[in-house]
Amino acid sequence: MNKTGKLIAVVTVGTLALTACGSKIESSGSSGEPSKAACGTVNIAVNPWVGYQADAAVIAYLATKELGCTVTKKNLTEEVSWQGFGTGAVDVVLENWGHPDLKKTYIEQQKVAVEYGLTGNKGIIGWYVPPWLAQEYPDITDWNNLNKYADRFKTSESGGKGQLLLGDPSFVTNDEALVKNLKLDFKVVYAGSEAALIQAFRTAEQQKQWMIGYFYEPQWFLSEVKLVHVNLPPYTAGCDADPAKVACDYAPFDLDKIVSKKFADSGSPAAALIKNFQWTNEHQNAVALDIAVNKLSDDDAAKKWVEANSDVWKAWIKS
Amino acid sequence: MPEPLISAERVPAATVQDGPPALAVSKLWKVFGPRADKIVGTPLAELPRPELLERTGCVAAVRDISFTVAPTEVFVVMGLSGSGKSTLVRCLTRLVEPTSGDVLIEGEDLRAADQRRLRELRRHRFAMVFQHFGLLPHRRVLDNVAYGLEIRGVAKAERLRRAGEVLDLVGLSGYADHFPDQLSGGMQQRVGLGRALAVDPRILFFDEPFSALDPLIRRDMQNEVLRLHHEVGKTMVFITHDLHEALRLGDRILIMRDGAAVQIGRPDEVVGAPADDYVRDFVADVPKSHVLTIRWVMRPVRADDPLDGPELGADVVVRDAVRAVLSSAAPVKVVHDGELVGMVDDEAILRVIVAEEP
Amino acid sequence: MTTLSAGAVRRAARLPRSWLFGGVVAVWVLLWIPLHGQDTLALSTSELTSLHERLNDLRDAINNTRGSSPVFSAFFDVIREAVDALTVFLQSLISQPAYGRPVPLIGWLGVVVVATLAAYAAGNLRVAVLTAAGFTSFGLLGYWQQSMDTLALTVAAVLICLVIGIPLGIWAGLSDRLHRVLTPVLDFMQTMPTFVYLAPLTLFFLIGPASGVIATLIYAMPPVIRITAHGIRTVAFSSVEAGTSLGATKWQLLRTVRVPLAKRTIVLGVNQTVMCALSMVTIAALIDAPGLGQVVLRALQTLDVGTAFRAGLAIVIMAIVLDRVTTAARDRVEARYRLGPKARGRRRIVLAGLGVAAAVALYLSYTYVWAAFFPGPAGTGVVGGQVAAGVTDASDWVQLHLGAVTDAIRNAISYGLLNPLQALIAQSPWYLVSAVVLALAWIVAGPRIVPTVAVCLGLLVATGLWQEAMVTLAATLVATVIVMALGIAVGVWMGRSDRADALIRPTLDAAQVMPAFVYLVPFLGLFGASRFTAIVAAVVFAAPVAIKLVADGVRGVPATVVEAATSSGSSAWQVVTKVQLPLARQSVTLAANQGLIYVLSMVVVGGLVGAGALGYLVVAGFSQSDLYGKGLAAGVAVVLLGVLLDRTTQAAARRMDAGTRRGRDQ
Repeated sequence: MNKTGKLIAVVTVGTLALTACGSKIESSGSSGEPSKAACGTVNIAVNPWVGYQADAAVIAYLATKELGCTVTKKNLTEEVSWQGFGTGAVDVVLENWGHPDLKKTYIEQQKVAVEYGLTGNKGIIGWYVPPWLAQEYPDITDWNNLNKYADRFKTSESGGKGQLLLGDPSFVTNDEALVKNLKLDFKVVYAGSEAALIQAFRTAEQQKQWMIGYFYEPQWFLSEVKLVHVNLPPYTAGCDADPAKVACDYAPFDLDKIVSKKFADSGSPAAALIKNFQWTNEHQNAVALDIAVNKLSDDDAAKKWVEANSDVWKAWIKS
Repeated sequence: MPEPLISAERVPAATVQDGPPALAVSKLWKVFGPRADKIVGTPLAELPRPELLERTGCVAAVRDISFTVAPTEVFVVMGLSGSGKSTLVRCLTRLVEPTSGDVLIEGEDLRAADQRRLRELRRHRFAMVFQHFGLLPHRRVLDNVAYGLEIRGVAKAERLRRAGEVLDLVGLSGYADHFPDQLSGGMQQRVGLGRALAVDPRILFFDEPFSALDPLIRRDMQNEVLRLHHEVGKTMVFITHDLHEALRLGDRILIMRDGAAVQIGRPDEVVGAPADDYVRDFVADVPKSHVLTIRWVMRPVRADDPLDGPELGADVVVRDAVRAVLSSAAPVKVVHDGELVGMVDDEAILRVIVAEEP
Repeated sequence: MTTLSAGAVRRAARLPRSWLFGGVVAVWVLLWIPLHGQDTLALSTSELTSLHERLNDLRDAINNTRGSSPVFSAFFDVIREAVDALTVFLQSLISQPAYGRPVPLIGWLGVVVVATLAAYAAGNLRVAVLTAAGFTSFGLLGYWQQSMDTLALTVAAVLICLVIGIPLGIWAGLSDRLHRVLTPVLDFMQTMPTFVYLAPLTLFFLIGPASGVIATLIYAMPPVIRITAHGIRTVAFSSVEAGTSLGATKWQLLRTVRVPLAKRTIVLGVNQTVMCALSMVTIAALIDAPGLGQVVLRALQTLDVGTAFRAGLAIVIMAIVLDRVTTAARDRVEARYRLGPKARGRRRIVLAGLGVAAAVALYLSYTYVWAAFFPGPAGTGVVGGQVAAGVTDASDWVQLHLGAVTDAIRNAISYGLLNPLQALIAQSPWYLVSAVVLALAWIVAGPRIVPTVAVCLGLLVATGLWQEAMVTLAATLVATVIVMALGIAVGVWMGRSDRADALIRPTLDAAQVMPAFVYLVPFLGLFGASRFTAIVAAVVFAAPVAIKLVADGVRGVPATVVEAATSSGSSAWQVVTKVQLPLARQSVTLAANQGLIYVLSMVVVGGLVGAGALGYLVVAGFSQSDLYGKGLAAGVAVVLLGVLLDRTTQAAARRMDAGTRRGRDQ
């Protein structure tokens, strides 16, 4: 027990030495700014792609710094985010890609969410090829010529036909019907995730492989590799009405914002901010690039953009 | 000089009974298998084992066994493996539920006891020593010995004190703080023995307790049992497959074969008058002079017998009688209860001894 | 006489068994030629069967009930609030700012010292040092807070698992009936892909810590129940009987005999549950479970291999620390009783010292900034940045320079093995495949397995995803073949060489707990989005188990037997093939069984990298509300494949084992 005593003594002396330096932790207590109470907490769902992350970064930054709100970001997939409107766990979805089925359930039937305007971002969905391919075979961007090259697109997965690679399983896609209705000698292969799709395009460009796949913009990856859109028969209103008979390109998307009914009615200054929030694909790409490629934290990327674009965001909070 | 198979200091079983027998078993059956209860009492029960198994999928482990054990008697059940002896002893404590028949412990119907009463009986009336010891490896020797008392709810200080005494009794003083796996097999079984003794039962059951031990240790342990029996005078039911062990320890021996009793008798009866060829084969190699009493070699008294020779009791073992008989010119008189029951001469003695020469 | 003839019968019976097997396959191929492409029950990706639609409706109905039925929601709310309270408490203790402070109650210094103390108390000095180093490395990698979030979530999930699982396991150990009822439920919990119940969970338990914890414990609870039940069941009968003979009540037997004697096994169950809980970290992050999983998922979006690896490394380190500590705790269960008074005294001194140090560290980390925030540059940590950069560079280099080789490997396996097998299995009429599977199961596993297999096949047809299931089955079989080839090759090597074992084992541990999401990106770079990539990912996950089992089996072959074989002039090859592998056969069959199950548990991950089929459908069902019912059906199909393969291989192994035992008796 003598030993223990010594040990205690040593530790105690050590402690005293250590406490002599170093600053103390101060309790922040409840001394928040008064406006904080007015704004309260905003629960923003963050869907798993970088463009959305950029939206959320900027909104969160502004809501916190300019309005004094407490922002909670929740990393969720789209389906789960919408469920959150019903359970009260989610107030805001900042970048919604269509989802008429979810709108039907949560906006029309359950009446727990409301549309809250467009983000200003244009979503373009379609088939893309790596730039080297478009450069060397310029006619490949016309769907009429795809069959000519079908052989070159063969892989171990495509069963003797050309491979058309699909990525993120989150989207309702028409590609199987398109291949059939346009009589293309291609087979749809499911990459299964956005990461797999991006990696495939990246490898194809690096190693000059033949590759055609489903992609979309805005997407940060396009600022790394500028994929080239392949022109399908142009979209006309209603040409995609019957999913089995689709033979035209995807409709351009106007991405929109959805908030919970409760939040919309709350009168929170953050609700106004989100309602007014609108920017361009270039704006989003700039922030997304900083996050994805330059490895800035969400906050730093938002700060950088906010400092450079005060004329844009000032309009969102003037109310 | 080899040790006698029957120890001279053994306490003779009480022959005069003033109460009920310590244990009375009658028509006991144990049948394993589907619908086992539908076998006993039907012609099926008479079938030999393989045929019964073929016909019904059942095995009759114990068939129609009856016997009684007197207080302080050492009763040995002997048989080869598969003869049903281990099942029998478990039926006697209801570790295995008998299929039919009666078991009376000091007059109380064991099969009628409910779970609570059965526990009471197990806690106070009888205890068992197992072939594979069944010790608790995570407890010290002392705690193992005290285990039965703990189950009974005896306060800690009291049970440890009592366990300490028992450790002295079974020769394990100084090993209280050891763990079972630090002890040799023989010592582990002493712990098992101590555990059984600690609850101070009236009947001790032994299920082949020494068969896992090597021969030298086994003999030590047999002596130990004899000594304990001498000191504490418990009734003992002892299961073994070793005939020598049975002869050394048993006041009486029950020989089992295929679940049924072949013979019940004193050691000298088993050796001297085997019930059938099975038992005869068994006892063929036993040195008879060590087992048989002179009762088995005496001849009736003839009119012309000289009656001036020495006297010996009828229960004296042949080997102990050799010197007296051979050194006497006249035949030795065999006396039982003060009465002359027969005569033993040199020739009779020599016949037994010579028969053992290879 | 009789044994001799029995042996002859067995030999005669065994020969035709492999012939029969070959015969059935040959007939299959012959029938395939005219019949292929017919009745394959193909269903295009967006098509739904009425079952799928009914499942969608069911989901919608439940979704609507949640809002309208107070009883329904109250039940789940009680559970959610309790789980939330526990988790939030643990988080405010070690990871999240709480009680008006900008930091958690216990800062990094406090956590490191307390964890070290706990490791020493539960285990020994070695694991205490490992714990200190491991916990410090979280901070050095730059992920202190995320690691603590993960730890808090894991601890919460494991605590609940143990509180429910150990009593249930003990009960299942005592009651055959409960055991029978529980086994299929546990099978279901373990093989049902998490993605299937992730979205509904957030309906019942809302988005928040509770859902993450509950998702984790669904997957992590089965091991502790199973292993506890096994431990209770295998307590030496002689000890139980001795207790009974002394008049112990059931409760006394449980308390004084069964549980103490099963303790070592129960702790093994705890260990397995901890490992399973950690393996859910990334998937739980999909519903906002905080911690390292978030980092991995986010890095995946930008294909940032380095960052994903950095977070994955922290998970691996946490897994190894927890594994070694619980293993040491298991060994201590026995050792504790045996310490001499001297050693006990020494231990007490160290414990007291550590206790004082912990108290001091707790105070410091509560009070001072330097002991609360882990020092080092924000975001990257002291070494995290370099680790990430190094891994990214290495991954880029490999992808750039090995592309040609890896393409060749992928094409060889795909064209040579996978495509023909898939054509045979998925292009045959469903009734032909069913007949063949039934026949093969009968041949390898005996007639008693036939009803189980028939039920599984029938239900597979009912899911409406027959062809998808067959495609997945083909890939699963190929992956299992590769796993077993690796398992035997590397396992034998490790079993024969201590040095190889010491070298390889930590790598295997790491491969097993490294989240698949971390290595998917480099694999995609190497092999493209393809079934083969999925196979490689499955092999990485499943091979370690198979290798370890084979190695342990080979190691378990008695040295005397090997000595005898060597002394009679056998070459090393002969010793391996004629002595070590045959004697380790039980381990090898167990390895095959476990290999299969582990491969199958990667089906969904495979779906993320181009395997298509069931895996893709499960993922799609998770992300698209229209496909929810189909995804659920796909999950059920995965479970059915798992049950089918598991029961068949187990029965085959038992049969083989019985055959060997009969052979030995002669």
